[in-house]
Amino acid sequence: MRTAAPRSLLQHYGPASLLALLTLAVWETVARLGLVPPFILPAPSAVCKALLEERRLLFGVHLPATLLEVLTGFALSVVCGCLLGIAMHLFSPLAKALYPLLIISQTVPLIALSPLFIMWFGYTLWSKVAVVFLTAFFPVVIGTYDGLSKNTDAYRELLLTYGANRWQILGKVGVPLALPSFFSGLKLSAVYCVIGATIGEWLGGSQGLGYFSRRMAGNLQSAKMFAAVVLLSVLGILLFLAVAALEKIILKKRGRYS
Amino acid sequence: MINISNLSYAFGTGSSRTPVFSGLSMNVQRGEFISVVGGSGCGKSTLFKIIAGLLEPDNGRITLNGAESATAAKRLGSVAYMPQQDLLLPWRTVMDNCLLPWELKRSRPKAAAVAEIRTLLQRFGLEGTEGAYPQELSGGMRQRVAVLRTVAAGNDLLLLDEPFGALDAITKRSLQRWLLELWAELDKTVLFITHDLEEALLLSDRIYLMTGSGGGMQEFPAGLPRPRHHSLNYQPQFAALRQELELKLYENRRS
Repeated sequence: MRTAAPRSLLQHYGPASLLALLTLAVWETVARLGLVPPFILPAPSAVCKALLEERRLLFGVHLPATLLEVLTGFALSVVCGCLLGIAMHLFSPLAKALYPLLIISQTVPLIALSPLFIMWFGYTLWSKVAVVFLTAFFPVVIGTYDGLSKNTDAYRELLLTYGANRWQILGKVGVPLALPSFFSGLKLSAVYCVIGATIGEWLGGSQGLGYFSRRMAGNLQSAKMFAAVVLLSVLGILLFLAVAALEKIILKKRGRYS
Repeated sequence: MINISNLSYAFGTGSSRTPVFSGLSMNVQRGEFISVVGGSGCGKSTLFKIIAGLLEPDNGRITLNGAESATAAKRLGSVAYMPQQDLLLPWRTVMDNCLLPWELKRSRPKAAAVAEIRTLLQRFGLEGTEGAYPQELSGGMRQRVAVLRTVAAGNDLLLLDEPFGALDAITKRSLQRWLLELWAELDKTVLFITHDLEEALLLSDRIYLMTGSGGGMQEFPAGLPRPRHHSLNYQPQFAALRQELELKLYENRRS
């Protein structure tokens, strides 16, 4: 098993890596040959150089600022999303009242609401957190609610005959059965958080990777803009992987992957 | 142990109610093994759900341990019910699955519950599976774990709804032998639903034939002497009883 690991890794990620490398090579060649002006499409090497040059500013100021917005928004989304999902499951009138509104909240174009957020929260952390929250809490609510709404009648009846009350049924059967769906929502939410923070910073702010990329784009410094975008994308991937790892640990403990 | 008189139940609401059964009476003594046989759809599982307290009957009385329960829900937690599927929780080990009834009541220290389950696992021929997950076990073993969990619920009356119904014929045979041997030392009262007439004859003290709609219940004394051995299957006395039972079942269906 252990000796076969590198080979299976290669089989898994080989094609994607190859395609990525090929794309980068073509991109680099096109940029070097001067077929496209650098302010339209900077070479990957130039992006790397910009990343190194601006590392102080990027890693010292803008990444921490974005990270703070992302993590605050994510934590709020998870807590509120879970509570709302559970409440909707327990009180069906609440679900009937809220479900349509939740969907409407996702169809509102956030950019259009930006002046409102700025008026409400000013140019503070909270105007960005609000955007993160609005994009990221939806998958958590839906994941939790749908997971809990799975048909558990047979289990419910069994536990009732053991003398269980509704809270015990929720804890012993409802929650464990909802976990896979909940984690699917959580993984989506983690990725949406980074997107939300970027939009939030675009709307108004003085720091953060989204703000930095917008400013650099305005100055036609495309390489630096790309450097920030690369960091944002890495941040999203890392968050996703962290949630996926957590899911694997928790579900493994429960024998799902044995 | 349990006395049921003139029980009736209908599905649906208002004027469109379809009666499932009516005028149903039975009486079960402590320590008896009673089978309920009848065609599909005659309401056997519904009867069990009513006894367990999951459904409220339209009419009739149920007296459990000498006390009549005012509502069905009052009986929840006092009768152990094992539905047709094993319903083992896939994310729990065998031990944790069997501890589930204890977790809901917590009427004694955990160590005592664990010790009792360990003893039962041994008696059920399940030693060594304590830490296994249900999906690692064979169908027959899962079913035995489910029976064990039902026993571990600690009630004197067990309702087993076709516990071996989903198993292949060979596994089913071996589990019938297993239950026959186990039954003597278990000291429980069992109500057992089955489609299998041989199974009913082999295991039970008395058999109730259920005919559905207005037919009520018909008692059939199986009364083969105990202790029984599974080779009973091949004796002429057994074959005669089986024939008689089958005839009765068809008679009821025609009418």
